[in-house]
Amino acid sequence: MTNKKAYPKAWLFVLPVVALVAFNALIPLMTVVNYSVQETFGNNVFFWEGVKWFEQVLNSERFHASLLRQLTFTGIILSIEVPLGIAIALTMPTRGIWVSVCLVLMALPLLIPWNVVGAMWNIFALPEIGLLGQIINGMGFDYNFTQQPLSAWFTTILMDVWHWTSLVVLLAYAGLQSIPDAYYQAAKIDGASGWAVFRYIQLPKMKRVLTIAILLRFMDSFMIYTEPFVLTGGGPGNTTTFLSIDLVKIALGQFDLGPAAAMSLVYFLIVLLLCWVFYTLMMRTEEQ
Amino acid sequence: MARISLQDLRHSYLDVPRTEDDWALKRMNVEWSDGGAYALLGPSGCGKTTLLSIISGLLMPTEGRVLFDGGDVTDIPPDQRNIAQVFQFPVVYDTMTVYDNLAFPLRNRGTAEVELDGKVREIAAILDLEDTLKKRASGLTADGKQKISLGRGLVRSDVNAILFDEPLTVIDPHLKWILRSKLKELHQRIGTTMIYVTHDQTEALTFADQVVVMHEGTVVQIGTPVDLFERPKHTFVGHFIGSPGMNVLPCTLEGATPYFDGVPVPTEHPAPGNGGTERLEIGVRPEFVSFAEDGIPVEIVRFSDAGRYQIVELRHGEHLIKLLAPEGAALPSETAHVRFDPAHTRIYADGWMMG
Repeated sequence: MTNKKAYPKAWLFVLPVVALVAFNALIPLMTVVNYSVQETFGNNVFFWEGVKWFEQVLNSERFHASLLRQLTFTGIILSIEVPLGIAIALTMPTRGIWVSVCLVLMALPLLIPWNVVGAMWNIFALPEIGLLGQIINGMGFDYNFTQQPLSAWFTTILMDVWHWTSLVVLLAYAGLQSIPDAYYQAAKIDGASGWAVFRYIQLPKMKRVLTIAILLRFMDSFMIYTEPFVLTGGGPGNTTTFLSIDLVKIALGQFDLGPAAAMSLVYFLIVLLLCWVFYTLMMRTEEQ
Repeated sequence: MARISLQDLRHSYLDVPRTEDDWALKRMNVEWSDGGAYALLGPSGCGKTTLLSIISGLLMPTEGRVLFDGGDVTDIPPDQRNIAQVFQFPVVYDTMTVYDNLAFPLRNRGTAEVELDGKVREIAAILDLEDTLKKRASGLTADGKQKISLGRGLVRSDVNAILFDEPLTVIDPHLKWILRSKLKELHQRIGTTMIYVTHDQTEALTFADQVVVMHEGTVVQIGTPVDLFERPKHTFVGHFIGSPGMNVLPCTLEGATPYFDGVPVPTEHPAPGNGGTERLEIGVRPEFVSFAEDGIPVEIVRFSDAGRYQIVELRHGEHLIKLLAPEGAALPSETAHVRFDPAHTRIYADGWMMG
C-alpha cells in the first residue's frame, strides 16, 4: 500500500474513453436536460423555468394516454411474442439440414429495415389492394386500418409479431440447444410427461436467454417509432400514437422544445426503471 | 432386480449398414446375472455407451432382443423398464429442491405422498443427503448432484438394474474414492444388478465382480479382474488392462513350440494346431518377463522408476519388450538376455488366445 506511487499521466490513457462516453452519451443527454428546465424562443435566448415542464408533462392527459397506449402495446406484443417464440423454438428441428433452413427463414424478418417493414405492411394490409386487407374483408370482417382504431391496432401488433417473434425464437432455440441429451434421457427414465420436461428442464434452462429476450423486446417495443409511424402515422386520430410518435409530434411538430425535453427524460427514466425492476426480480429468483 | 440377457444383439447408427465397420455394436450374446456388479470397460468410441443405452431402452437395437428375467423388453420404453441411470454429467432438476428431485420419479408414477415421503427419506439417509433435502438441487456440488441422480433411481422399489455411464468423470479426485466405495457399499446393501461404464481400469477393477471388456463394438472378454490379468483372451485386453500393458510379439510355430525371431519361447499353453496362415503372436505381461543367463538377447533402451518397481524398456531388433523389475534391483548394463515365464506366456492367433 505504501509504495503505491501516483502516476498523473495515467489519466491520459483513460481520456479517450472519457471523451467517447462524453460525446456519445453525456453531452447529448445534458443538452436535453438543459432544454428541459428552460424556455427558449430561438436565437439561443433561454429563460429559466425550473421543474415547470416536468410538472406539465406528468400532469398532462395527453402524456398519460400515450403512456397507457404504449404499455398496452408492449404488454400485448410481449404476451404474444414470448410464448409464440418458445413454441416455435420447441418445434424446430434439432439436427440435420433443416436446422439451417429454419434458422435462415427465422432470421429473415430481422434483417429488414424498420421503415421497409412499415411500408410493406401498409401496402399488404390496405383494404382495397392489399392481400391481407382483401383476405380479411373477404372473410366477412369489416377491416380498414386507416380508419378503424381496432383494425389499426390489430395490424400494428401483427406487424410487430411478424417482425420480432424471430428474435425470441432464435434466443429460445439457442437455449434449448444447450441442454445436454442426458437431461431428456433422465426425464424419460424418470417417467416425466412432456409438460414436466418443459416445466422442469426446458424452461429453467432457457431462463437466462428468455430474460435477455424479454428485456430486448421490452425496450425495443417501448421505444418503437418507425414501423407504426410508416404504417398508421399514429392514427386514426391518436389511437396508435405511442410515446415516441407523440414525442416527435411535440418536439418537431409543435416545436415545444422544453416540454419535449422533459418528456424525453421521463420516458428514459421509465424505460430504465422497468428494466431494472424486471432484471432484479429475475436475478433474485435465480439466487433463491 | 433382474437377470438381463442380450440375444443376437447388433446395432448400427446408419439406416443401411453395409460393411462390418458400419456396425457400432457387432453381434453379441451377453448374460448379466441378477445382482451382479459389472463394469463395462473399453476405450472411448468402443460402443459401451451404445450398449448401455440399449439396455436402458433409450436406444432401439437394429437387431436382436433384450430380455429382463426372460421377458422380452426390446420394445418397451425406458420408464417402463424400471431401470435407473446415472449419467456422465450430473442431471438434476435445477428449480426443484433435493427432496422434490428424489420424489420426482414417484410423483410421475402417481405414488401417494405419504408412501413417497418415507421412501424419499430412506434413500436420502442411505446417500447422506438428509441435511440437504430442503435445499435447491442446483446449489449442490458435483458429487452431491450425482448422488441425487442415483437417488432418483433408488427411490423406485422395483428397480431392475442401475446403470452408470462414467459417473465419476466430473468428480474431484479425492471424492472419487469416497463415492466409489459408497457405490460398492450400496451394491452389497441392496443387491441390485449394477452396470458401470468406464474407460478407467482402476475404477472398473475396484468396482466390479465381473468386468466386460469391449473393443470396436465387440465384447472381447468377460471375467473377473484376475481373469483379465492372468488370462487375457485377446491381445487388446492384454494391452488395455495392466500398466504397462502386455508385450505382444510376432512368432512362428514349429510343432507346438513358438519361436520369436528364431529363439524358442517355452510355454505351458501350447497351440493345439498350427495357426495356418493366421497372424500369430505371443503375449506375456511385463510382470512375467525376467533377466536370465540365456534366452532372447536384448539391449536396454531406458528404465523408469515407478516407485514400488522399475519399468525397463528393452529392444530386440525392432521389437520393444517391457519388463518389471523390483524396486532397487540391479539392472544389467547395455545388453542382456530375458526369458518369459512359461506359465504366463500365451499364443494368440489373429489377436485371440489359442488353447
